[in-house]
Amino acid sequence: MEKSHRTASKPNGVDRGRRGFLVTALRSAVGAGLAATLLAVHQRRADALPAAAIRPPGANSDDNIFQSACIRCGLCVRDCPYDTLKLARLDDPVATGTPYFEAREIPCEMCDDIPCLKACPTGALDPALKEIENARMGLAVLIDQEACIAFQGLRCEVCFNVCPVRGEAITLDMRHNPRSGRHALFIPVVHSNACTGCGKCEQACILDQAAIKVMPLKLAKGALGEHYRLGWEQKARSGESLVTPDTPHQYNLPPGASYDHAGEGLIPAPGGRAAAPFSSNPLDTLNRKGGL
Amino acid sequence: MSQSRRQFIKTNAIAATAAAAGISLPGLTAAKAKDEDDIRWDKAPCRFCGTGCSVLVGAKDGKVVATQGDPDAPVNRGLNCIKGYFLSKIMYGADRLTQPLMRKKNSEYAKDGDFEPVSWDEAFDLMAEKWKAAIAKDLQDNKGKPPEEITSRVGMFGSGQWTVFEGYAASKLFKAGFRSNNLDPNARHCMASAVGAFIRAFGADEPMGCYDDLEHADAFVLWGANMAENHPVLWSRLTDTRLTKADCEVHVLSTFEHRSFELADHGVIFKPQTDLAILNYIANYIVQKDAINWDFVKQHVNFTKTPTDIGYGLRPEHPLEKAAKNAGKGNLEGIDFEAYKKALAPYTAEYVSELSGVSVESLEKLAKLYADPKKKIVSYWTMGFNQHVRGVWVNGLMYNVHLLTGKISEPGNGPFSLTGQPSACGTAREVGTFAHRLPADLVVKKKDHRDFTEKVWQLPEGALSGKVGYHAVLQSRMLKDGKLNCYWVTTNNNMQAGPNINEEMYPGWRNPDNFIVVSEAYPTVSAMAADLILPVAMWTEKEGAFGNAERRTQFWRQQVKAPGESRSDLWQFVEFSKRFKTEEVWPEELLAKKPEYRGKTLFDVLYANGAVNKYPKQTVTDSRGNEYGNDEMDHFGFYLQKGLYEEYRVFGKDGPKKGHDLAEFDAYHKTRGLRWPVVNGKETLWRYREGYDPFVPEGAGVAFYGRPDNRANIIFAPYEPPAEAPDEEFDLWLTTGRILEHWHTGSMTRRVPELYRAAPDALVYMHPKDAKKRGLRRGDEAKLISRRGEITCRVETKGRNKMPEGMAFIAFFDAGRLVNKLVLDATDPLSKETDFKKVAVKILPV
Repeated sequence: MEKSHRTASKPNGVDRGRRGFLVTALRSAVGAGLAATLLAVHQRRADALPAAAIRPPGANSDDNIFQSACIRCGLCVRDCPYDTLKLARLDDPVATGTPYFEAREIPCEMCDDIPCLKACPTGALDPALKEIENARMGLAVLIDQEACIAFQGLRCEVCFNVCPVRGEAITLDMRHNPRSGRHALFIPVVHSNACTGCGKCEQACILDQAAIKVMPLKLAKGALGEHYRLGWEQKARSGESLVTPDTPHQYNLPPGASYDHAGEGLIPAPGGRAAAPFSSNPLDTLNRKGGL
Repeated sequence: MSQSRRQFIKTNAIAATAAAAGISLPGLTAAKAKDEDDIRWDKAPCRFCGTGCSVLVGAKDGKVVATQGDPDAPVNRGLNCIKGYFLSKIMYGADRLTQPLMRKKNSEYAKDGDFEPVSWDEAFDLMAEKWKAAIAKDLQDNKGKPPEEITSRVGMFGSGQWTVFEGYAASKLFKAGFRSNNLDPNARHCMASAVGAFIRAFGADEPMGCYDDLEHADAFVLWGANMAENHPVLWSRLTDTRLTKADCEVHVLSTFEHRSFELADHGVIFKPQTDLAILNYIANYIVQKDAINWDFVKQHVNFTKTPTDIGYGLRPEHPLEKAAKNAGKGNLEGIDFEAYKKALAPYTAEYVSELSGVSVESLEKLAKLYADPKKKIVSYWTMGFNQHVRGVWVNGLMYNVHLLTGKISEPGNGPFSLTGQPSACGTAREVGTFAHRLPADLVVKKKDHRDFTEKVWQLPEGALSGKVGYHAVLQSRMLKDGKLNCYWVTTNNNMQAGPNINEEMYPGWRNPDNFIVVSEAYPTVSAMAADLILPVAMWTEKEGAFGNAERRTQFWRQQVKAPGESRSDLWQFVEFSKRFKTEEVWPEELLAKKPEYRGKTLFDVLYANGAVNKYPKQTVTDSRGNEYGNDEMDHFGFYLQKGLYEEYRVFGKDGPKKGHDLAEFDAYHKTRGLRWPVVNGKETLWRYREGYDPFVPEGAGVAFYGRPDNRANIIFAPYEPPAEAPDEEFDLWLTTGRILEHWHTGSMTRRVPELYRAAPDALVYMHPKDAKKRGLRRGDEAKLISRRGEITCRVETKGRNKMPEGMAFIAFFDAGRLVNKLVLDATDPLSKETDFKKVAVKILPV
């Protein structure tokens, strides 16, 4: 099923071109006799970028497009000052010769001047990326909420603290802890509009196996059906209601009570009995029907 | 809305109680004593901060293999912070010290030698030789002097991480045995200002409230406390109240924006040192608006003022000290309300706004909150107030506000100083291991306090010195000056945590006249600077007791044995006492008063005295039938911890200062701690309030019984400038502090690989513009230079702290960059606590 999905979403031309390129590259790299045997292995690996392998900043989120543009020159790897990037070797589960990193080992330090991208001679790492904060190498996913101790109320928040876009890419959602009854939970929440996929969170996660992991965007990101919008978000974006708000509502209410249409709803008279036997609005008294 | 929250909590509480009730059934517990992995579980307080979370410690095959937050503990209800999560790993760092190490050259001790393993005998032989030589000089120096003038050349720097028993044993050994008051704890760097102010205002140390205030207050105000990182579990309680209680407000004041601002409804950034002025403005507002609780003030409060221009606790020859009119003075002078009102008058919103950089609107918001009689308020603080050259003053100004409004000593109302160490209260303060203190709020200066102590300790009259000893910072200076020659540093890492390492501390330790002993578990920078290192048992490798910030005393049993030849501090102090005959440490006129002590050792006199050795050797068990070791009992042949504790308890029960009663030893092994005073088995939640506190007489309502007239002191103190401030050359403020992932100097937490990975090195936090101006970018290596030293570290312009322009922050956990090389040893002249928060530096690219 996955195979058919991938085929369906992938422009065939690009795919064929990439394979052609690979064959050429491989022939020059290894002896011609070996090439045929290795080609099968190589193609399988090229097809399936493992979830833990993250591409450098500026790489197309469609790995096939990236692979077709990357000439396996290794310059980005050479220029990475933190040894984050590595070139996939033949026995790696990533297309041989292409750059990638594993966040749990060495995450991307998000250099301001993006030296890896500058080194790229082909544009496989897109030169249009000027600010490293706009990079989308992948997306952090708090994948195991059972193991993450923040969900149990422990005060960890290491992922939040190490996040270079802290407060935007990862925020803390404070909630009541119903189990203890008197402590709060500080739940890390990742925001895809700011997460660069640098992987600092995954690297720093204090669990034996990280509960937060960076994944290629394609794997990590869900998408809302095109037939639906989140009303409050669209309202916030447009700055006003999409449909004219109601004219003021009026209600039949006992004295002292009021009704907040958009807020609290019914606000009963304080103490069950009004402080005075009159409405605070004199017109209510003056215009009362039924005579004195 | 608050109704439904209460209902909700109630439901949960019932569920929790039901669970607790089930577990306490003996039949069930026997079955649960060991879990499916054959791990034995027992309770202990966490090793880290003063919150006092309880954990269950899982031991198997002689090792702590796991811990869990104690679900039945009222403080944390099963929770921990990230440090507590790793408790089981702190004892198992790869470089744990397991045998005594002595500096040697050619097989002989040499100050300039390299460390070599030695036996305990060799270590103690050399120590005793050095100690005896120094004490022989003391005997000479003190010849014919009254107790009030006794001085000593031996000293100890102890800890708020000592167990209660260790603090008490150390106090006896030094104050009684060696007649040296040169005993001070690292709590001097941490809590001394709070102590000074509690004593001045209330005549008794420690907070009146407790953690239950966290659920009862309507508003919280943080003054120089980053609770979000440094009291993580308390912060989650505070946060929960903010989330679930209608109209609850959180106000956070600091000199920079830290993690506690994430919850703040009202965040306030003020210029360093101007908290003094802000508090006076609030008091002035309350007075001007007549928002005073007159009923309370008339009955329970005195108005006083404190001497001004008191200097900065530097060496007397320092120009700042020479210029001070009243250096070190703190005697209070009674004034009337009108004089108080007049003193406050200059602190208008406009003046204070100008001085502090806080908007008039913001100041008024704070003042209105405190003035509102309907709002219950707890004010919290830690090092922002305490590590302050006017720390005692600023603590007192906080009390003034609570006293003027009567918002004190009742649920949800009160000032509360948080502690950073697990037993800063229980050991350093309550046992009184300070240079000026004795147990249970007694002081060495008062003869009747010494008399009582001498009676309990069965000492000849006049044995205790009445002269205040060298406090922490003075110890460094006296070592450097050659007046303190034998120095024992235990359960702390002062070479990293103490101020002015380059100019004062390191030269003193390496002074050839001196002999420095460090008891440590790991090769810290303090151990590196020592002459002799003694390996220690840590945490649950010994039986212990801590007292947390809310007066809760918690006990634990020894769970496992310490590795190699490591021994507890308690074992070390008591064993070392065997090496001294009374004749070697006390003058003839003292021995003449107790001739039966002739020929005895200090061990005989101090510990085998009939009281401390009262409880015979026995098997330590829990209610489920598990058996536990007790290495000290095995070695000395009696239940040392119990004997020390029961003798110590006499101070609270019968001592001259009332309200310090503790429960008996065994009671604590059956509870997750008890909050003192404990009278007839009942704990005290709120002190000084009738109904809550058994020492308040019926009909009094409130009685501040620490003071003879039962009245608390409002103490006026003005704004005075800090010891140093940025100038043209050293153009930035630097403030120091802590982070969530590491505890204090990181000697334990940096040995936990996961915590090290999560927060490897200390970073200097700067405003991006400040960095740019200096040609620095985020992640660049920078040099931080003060008048006293320099360090390098990486620049951070984002992350957890947002600095205002002109201000930088660095944490002190990182042994790779000793922040305290930069810090001036200016102290509050009254509390002698260093101001680690206000250093002038320049920051340059490397």
